[in-house]
Amino acid sequence: MVKDDDRSQVMKQIDANLRKVYQETLEQEIPERFQQLLERLKERDSGDDRG
Amino acid sequence: MTVGDPREEVIQHLPPLRAFAMSLTQESSAADDLVQDTIEKAWINFDKFEPGTNLRAWLFTILRNTFYSDRRKRRREVADVDGAHAAGLAEKPAHDGRLAMRDFRAAFQQLPDEQREALILVGAGGFAYEEAAEMCGCALGTIKSRANRGRRRLAELLGLEEGEEMLIEDRAAVGVLSSKPPAT
Repeated sequence: MVKDDDRSQVMKQIDANLRKVYQETLEQEIPERFQQLLERLKERDSGDDRG
Repeated sequence: MTVGDPREEVIQHLPPLRAFAMSLTQESSAADDLVQDTIEKAWINFDKFEPGTNLRAWLFTILRNTFYSDRRKRRREVADVDGAHAAGLAEKPAHDGRLAMRDFRAAFQQLPDEQREALILVGAGGFAYEEAAEMCGCALGTIKSRANRGRRRLAELLGLEEGEEMLIEDRAAVGVLSSKPPAT
């Protein structure tokens, strides 16, 4: 029989590892293409402001 | 900051959107294409966004809907992916209480999409189960069960015994969501 405490310990550690993995992408620099995309979209809005 | 245009806030949500996209597509250029499509869709639908509600959840929802709708379109192409993934981790990795990031990654990639998604949303992304359920358009119990099945499956694939320590050994080796395939 598996003890519930032990099982929840494993699950917590799985989550801790998931967070590490996720964090790694969060810390990456945002590629230039996204800055450009946002600028393009904003420009399009201001050129097309029909309210 | 004024409670202003949500368009101005999109940029703050780019890192988590990329992390979520990476976990779904498992490939960085596909992930960035998915994020780009998401932003473009969000932009033309901003009139449907309710100010004061969770912008990140709204963007994540668009991202996942885009991912699944793209995937349906090219289902035939990727039909073999599961087989290829299954071959990726033929044996339980040997480990001495420390988990190599690459093993964690290989195991994570083998999970079904809906389990990976549930785990990223609630396990890593910090969303409540209720929010994740809403974003995925399913019942609360469904999200809980997907996340729990995903965790159990990961433990099983990694050969973890209950009570065993298994923190990832080395930050430098971390690359699960950010790895690029070797240049060709």
